[in-house]
Amino acid sequence: MSRLLNVSSSPHVRDTVTTKSIMYDVLIAMLPAAAFGVYQFGIQALLVIVVTMAACALSEYVYESAMGLPITVADGSALVTGMILALNMPAGIPLWIPALGGIFAIVVVKQLYGGLGQNFMNPALAGRCFLLISFAGKMSSFALDGWSGATPLAQLKAGQSVDLAAMFVGRIPGTIGEVSVLALLAGAAYMVVKKVISLRIPLTYIATTAVFVFIFGQQDMSFVAAHVCGGGLLFGAFFMATDYVTSPITPKGQIVFGVVLGLLTGLFRLFGGSAEGVSYAIIISNMLVPLIERYTLPTAFGKEGKKA
Amino acid sequence: MNKCAERLYNGIIKENPTFVLMLGMCPTLAVTTTAINGVGMGLSTTAVLVFSNLIISALRKIIPDRVRIPAYIVIVASLVTVVQLLLQAYIPSLYESLGIYIPLIVVNCIILGRAEAYAAKNGVAESAFDGIGMGLGFTVGLTCIAIFRELLGNGAFFGMEIIPEDFRITIFGLAPGAFFVLAGLTALQNKFKAPSATNGPAQGSALACGGNCASCNGSACAANHSKLEEIRAQEEAKAAAAKKEAALKAAQVKKEAEAKKAAEMKAGE
Repeated sequence: MSRLLNVSSSPHVRDTVTTKSIMYDVLIAMLPAAAFGVYQFGIQALLVIVVTMAACALSEYVYESAMGLPITVADGSALVTGMILALNMPAGIPLWIPALGGIFAIVVVKQLYGGLGQNFMNPALAGRCFLLISFAGKMSSFALDGWSGATPLAQLKAGQSVDLAAMFVGRIPGTIGEVSVLALLAGAAYMVVKKVISLRIPLTYIATTAVFVFIFGQQDMSFVAAHVCGGGLLFGAFFMATDYVTSPITPKGQIVFGVVLGLLTGLFRLFGGSAEGVSYAIIISNMLVPLIERYTLPTAFGKEGKKA
Repeated sequence: MNKCAERLYNGIIKENPTFVLMLGMCPTLAVTTTAINGVGMGLSTTAVLVFSNLIISALRKIIPDRVRIPAYIVIVASLVTVVQLLLQAYIPSLYESLGIYIPLIVVNCIILGRAEAYAAKNGVAESAFDGIGMGLGFTVGLTCIAIFRELLGNGAFFGMEIIPEDFRITIFGLAPGAFFVLAGLTALQNKFKAPSATNGPAQGSALACGGNCASCNGSACAANHSKLEEIRAQEEAKAAAAKKEAALKAAQVKKEAEAKKAAEMKAGE
């Protein structure tokens, strides 16, 4: 046995985690919510998910081959974008609309800015907002068991009371992936255990929203609980706000980011024109990320006491 | 007359105010919701631009240099008022839909820019043709953007409805759509290398504009340009000479080495 000592430059600590393994972990974590959506809304929901994911992967492949770039479909990031976008759709939507949203998300928001890691905004959410502005009616007509009805948040906005137990299980109208709190928490727990996400952003986000709703809405625990469980808050907090590319990397910055998200969401929900505001809160906060990172940069080792 | 034709080409293609110079973005983004609005805005601006260039060029020796900007503004504002009143009288529908953007033609940077960059230095006829070229270029730019936005956002082409209501992408009729379409068309124009001031043939020229812009004609800039080009030519010639010399030297060294080798071989024998 040779006693040769190998000297190499950093990094010395290596890990088996790759972009691909993270992306597939996120996909696995979204499966419970997706499965519940398919169970509740039927085969149409499955079609929406498949079509959106296919549109994302295909547009990534077509763009990258047309531009002579390395093909990165296999790393799963386009599939994650497609899945998030699909779970943000109502089940009854005509299939060409999510496909258009997927193409917009991948080509305009992700690839034109330089591909994975370069986009300044969450592609799936930008795609969703694009569709929400363009097809407002179709994007917000929710049906459950053949009945179209108001979402719990819309009911809250109208001053009606909601059924909290049904919201927890998911027997409510809404988008495919956001309805079941149980399924979302299961997926989030998987990601936390696998260390794919840290809890800083989701917890500060949800807590800030709850406090804001408590102060400016009704001082009533069931009202606050309905706001936390309703709409896309949990889905957004665990799956969309934690996107590595568009959230701060500094621990302090992540807390600031969560607080900003919570304030914007509460503001949009209570004082805005529409009942929901998670998507807009997240894409607006995405654009604040460079600023947040600049002001929360930790002092480098050896530079303490010397403020530049 | 050749110069006048060149002015037209310059305004519409080479220095298109919308896609190349990126001037007048405010009306470009705001009024291009329908093709009719785009054409109307473009032609109104053209009318103002032609007459302002004409008058400013005619008065260029009278207007004192120090107060030229206020003087230009007075001329442009008078012309805009005339256009506004005419529109209100004869095309009230267009007047309604363009709204505040008609009086805002006064501060359109294309008009002041052309007055400052061209009309104040050149003759009346060329300046008028410069106005026509730039105005038509602006009209073409606005109309292109407006056609795409109207088609995608409202499903119509000059008011004729083509696409059924279910398939219209409303966002293209709103502010973000204006940015999408403008960016897309500018990218296409750059990709297919329509000859313009920003992607002209003069690559490697010492001037930022490539020596290709209107300000380089008949001004101090042109003198600088020719001087810089001269220096560049000299440097190139020097480099070429150095290369030649190096090649000669290399050949000589090679010859010597060969001769040495031959001598060694001879000695070896």
